[in-house]
Amino acid sequence: MESLLSLLIWLPIVGGISVLVIGNNRSDLARWVSVAVSIIVFALSLNLWNGFDTSTQGMQFVENTAWISQFNINYHIGIDGISMLLILLTTLSTFLVIIAGWEVIQNRAADYMAAFLIMEGLIIGVFSSLDAILFYVFWEASLIPMLLIVGIWGGQNRVYAAIKFFLYTFLGSVFMLVSLIYMYIQGGSFSLDVLNELPLSLTEQSWIFWAFFLAFAVKVPMFPVHTWLPDAHVQAPTGGSVILAAIMLKMGGYGFFRFSLPITPDASSEFAIVVIVLSLIAIVYIGFVALVQKDMKKLIAYSSISHMGFVTLGVFALFSIVKMGTDGQIYSIAGGSLESVYLGLEGAMIQMISHGFISAALFLVVGVLYERLHSREISSYGGVINSMPKFTGFAVLFALANAGLPGTSGFVGEFMVILGSLQANFWYAFFAATILIVGAAYTLWMVKRVFWGPIVNSDVSTLSDINTREFFVLAVLAVAVLVVGVYPQPLIEVMHVSMVNLLEQALTTKLPAAL
Amino acid sequence: MENTYLTIVLAPLIGAIIVGLAGHRLGRTLSHSIAILGVTVSTVLALYVFNHHVLQGAEVFNENIYTWMQVGGLNMSVGFLVDNLTSVMLLVVSFISLMVHIYTIGYMQEDEGYTKFFSYISLFTFAMFMLVISNNFMQLFFGWEAVGLVSYLLIGFWHHKESAVEASLKAFLVNRVGDFGFLLGIAVLLMFFGTMDYVEVFTLANQVNGQTIFGDISVITVICLLLFIGAMGKSAQVPLHVWLPGSMEGPTPISALIHAATMVTAGIFMVSRMSPIFELSDVALTVVMVVGAITAIFMGLLGIVQNDIKRVVAYSTLSQLGYMTVALGVSAYSVAIFHLMTHAFFKALLFLAAGSVIVALHHEQDIRKMGALRKKMPITYITALIGTLALIGFPGFAGFYSKDMIIEAVHFSNLPFADWVYYAVVFGVFITAFYSLRMFFIVFHGESRLDQHAEEHVHEPALSITVPLIVLAIPSVIIGYLTIEPMLFTGWLDNSIYIDASVHGSVAALKEHFHSAFGLLQHSIVTVPFWMMVGGSLAAWVFSLYRTDWAKKIQERFHRTNYVLESLYGFDRLNDIVFANGSRKLGEFLWRISDMTIIDQFVVNGSARLMRFMGSVIRPVQTGYLYHYAFFMIIGLMLVLTWVLVVGENPLIQLGS
Repeated sequence: MESLLSLLIWLPIVGGISVLVIGNNRSDLARWVSVAVSIIVFALSLNLWNGFDTSTQGMQFVENTAWISQFNINYHIGIDGISMLLILLTTLSTFLVIIAGWEVIQNRAADYMAAFLIMEGLIIGVFSSLDAILFYVFWEASLIPMLLIVGIWGGQNRVYAAIKFFLYTFLGSVFMLVSLIYMYIQGGSFSLDVLNELPLSLTEQSWIFWAFFLAFAVKVPMFPVHTWLPDAHVQAPTGGSVILAAIMLKMGGYGFFRFSLPITPDASSEFAIVVIVLSLIAIVYIGFVALVQKDMKKLIAYSSISHMGFVTLGVFALFSIVKMGTDGQIYSIAGGSLESVYLGLEGAMIQMISHGFISAALFLVVGVLYERLHSREISSYGGVINSMPKFTGFAVLFALANAGLPGTSGFVGEFMVILGSLQANFWYAFFAATILIVGAAYTLWMVKRVFWGPIVNSDVSTLSDINTREFFVLAVLAVAVLVVGVYPQPLIEVMHVSMVNLLEQALTTKLPAAL
Repeated sequence: MENTYLTIVLAPLIGAIIVGLAGHRLGRTLSHSIAILGVTVSTVLALYVFNHHVLQGAEVFNENIYTWMQVGGLNMSVGFLVDNLTSVMLLVVSFISLMVHIYTIGYMQEDEGYTKFFSYISLFTFAMFMLVISNNFMQLFFGWEAVGLVSYLLIGFWHHKESAVEASLKAFLVNRVGDFGFLLGIAVLLMFFGTMDYVEVFTLANQVNGQTIFGDISVITVICLLLFIGAMGKSAQVPLHVWLPGSMEGPTPISALIHAATMVTAGIFMVSRMSPIFELSDVALTVVMVVGAITAIFMGLLGIVQNDIKRVVAYSTLSQLGYMTVALGVSAYSVAIFHLMTHAFFKALLFLAAGSVIVALHHEQDIRKMGALRKKMPITYITALIGTLALIGFPGFAGFYSKDMIIEAVHFSNLPFADWVYYAVVFGVFITAFYSLRMFFIVFHGESRLDQHAEEHVHEPALSITVPLIVLAIPSVIIGYLTIEPMLFTGWLDNSIYIDASVHGSVAALKEHFHSAFGLLQHSIVTVPFWMMVGGSLAAWVFSLYRTDWAKKIQERFHRTNYVLESLYGFDRLNDIVFANGSRKLGEFLWRISDMTIIDQFVVNGSARLMRFMGSVIRPVQTGYLYHYAFFMIIGLMLVLTWVLVVGENPLIQLGS
């Protein structure tokens, strides 16, 4: 499997193009081809897991060939524990989305499937690029299928949502491009290996940090650049919401891991407090905003923002816990332990994976209801359990996972980040932990209004329970949520060495030693 | 032994999974048989473990089962710590659970959710086992929240009832407030101890003692108080008690199992388990004691004005949990566990007896519509009488010993406010006797106030209901007499509980004054609590049987006090106004003002307008289709790239030369 990664990137893209060629008139064939491609890609991606060496810090499955040699731009790809997990999340989610959209999408079904396949390849490209320009191309290109998915298969207000989505993300990433080019001028390469080692003054780092920050914070999304997300979700078709929440948001988190910390370590340390405060605002403030949402998709979208706050909190808390001395040793700043740093970093990563499962599941749950009654309003429902008992079982499980119940994946990341961030500052953990109350409040209040209680109207009483296809999709995610909740150790094992490496990069100053 | 412990824990889980997933296919009989088999296995093995550890004095078992996660040097595992405390808890939990499982056959026989209910109570049993058998804080938190989850599902079991669903949400959220503190407590503990393992924490306790946080506050005190917030949630201490009366919306078997005998005592168990750290903080202990006393007395008072048979028992549970908490506060952990155990038997009995009445009356719960049931339901009557006598501490019955020991322990305590707390717990005996017997008399004695139809149909329920009553009645009588000496004084719990006797001498003093269980019985007649109990009983008799009009007169005379009691001190209103509505208003405000107006109107749409303006300049290509936006994106990208590459001060590509 010399070029496994390339295969994972290009197979879905080629598959997607073939599906386009098959065309909407032969939509059944298109569906079967799409599902076959997505299964093959998922199965192949499992080889990343099997063949992964957890003892090395270096990149694995590396491929490196010249691409645009006059600018020293290379087709350089490879993965570590962080990107591998996100790639697996991508291949799994895409497979599920294609199954979930099977008969739901009747309008231009082939185009729909193709968009998801192509997007899958591009996103895997994002997670495996080791050349900044390659990364940037995949990063921007992956926006296009999403834009089309929202714009073509979206709801009433899809154009507004798509423009808002476009504006936010495009503006964010333009600055990233500028800073990449600046660093190219300095270092003569776009290779991440070079950029990671590139000495930069604090001023330079600061500019670059904020340029990166804008690109990544929009994607995560962080307060106050989050307002595109609820609109995009509300307008997006179910599959679009699933990929958006499960994977696209993770691109932001991934950016912090892959770019901000290694390339601008000193600026990251300098501005960590800003990121932390914004994360805490996201967790608390957005939690209250989620509480009053009347539209289920908006509620879950806001909940996503709040949960993603744990990712950025977990990552940046490390700068308040440890620092590196001039002797290259890592020292505690105020009594916090090295373990707490890893709790934060690895908790952030687990939170991303877990949020991928849970948010995907919750959007699928809303999709199931929407297909039947064409309403996302909480008030259109009530007593759904009476007509859809099996479905309610799943919905409640995912809701509880969203509320961070131990035994589900939702607990693991939050637990780790709270334990870790407390060692940075008690109040970080204090505010973060409010999600225990607020998160449970908005999630379970929604459950109460939608699923419990007496049947509120005749529409609800005619609902039919989930069919085999829906059952399958939700069951896969349910198993994932429970397995990670009960036994997260394999994930930790896979990412730990990469985190050790990352921590060292994040703590190693790029500034000339003080005299 | 490891396999034995594993089997105890997993048997009910397996039962729950089988019945939960396949219950509708297995049918009722097979489903309940599987669930009951699971719990029976656990009960038998728990007896074996009890014998092995408590009676035979086997070594403490402390091993990890599997590594949940290993982060750097920090190990978080699922593991078992089985000592005498755990053995006692396993036995109490499995036994009561078994009784409740059997009782459920009769109680839920007409319910649609029959098999689901069995699945839930088995799942609960598993979660409770995980909680008491844990050897570390991660798993403790898992069990802690998992029992809360099942409680949530069971309170809202009758999901068509709006009030039940409301109560379940409230229960979950109030518990989460407790868990919030609990989790922070664990996090602070991890920071200063560097481990989640109980035994390691306990060995390090003295080292950490003396360290400070937030300037000069003792870390141990902070940890203890935060952990205790968790206990206040689970064990329903004021002001986090508000969920427990509401939990009575759930089916009665779970009121007995979860909301009386086991889950609500998790907080008591936890503090006892943590005795090595709580012993180091007098501040925390004092807070624990005072909160317990407030709960004991003020919740007891509310029991007097309730007319719902289950709610009276619920307030009585709150009050008794207050007693246990007081015992913890005065470092009489073993006494708290002793009361926890006796209370588990007699309170489960009382709830199940109440359930028996409810079933007989076709789900009537208002005691004003009952009366004179003693002849129609003799088994229920006798067993309820036993439960009531045990609850009010009638000499010889189980509750007599445990409650008396709590009162005496407070008496010997030298914590600040201990004297006030002593008066409170003594007066509490009067209140307990009053509300308990009031209910008892109104339900079983006096004149029948049943309607015609009910009157004709009332009869003793099925065997599956009466048998658990009888079986629970036995320990309610004898368990106190039998176990007081070994449990408190001859070392059953010594390998689990640590008391710094040099500072906290209550238990030592108790031991000094204790001669025998029989001696205590003989001596009881000259004690204040005894006469308090007699007074309360007489008062109950007067108000509910002898002069039934007096109650009304007093209520009218002291209408303000009565109002305060009937509005439950206003906790619910306060919570509704401040927390429920307050957070909704806050959310609405943040959403509308900040998200929608400031960020979206000004910033985002502002820039969108700018774009549109620019768009109108290049109208010919501006068609509004999304493809074109995508196209523009790429064009824009190219332009930016080109600009950086070939224009500017340092063009990357030198055009021309």
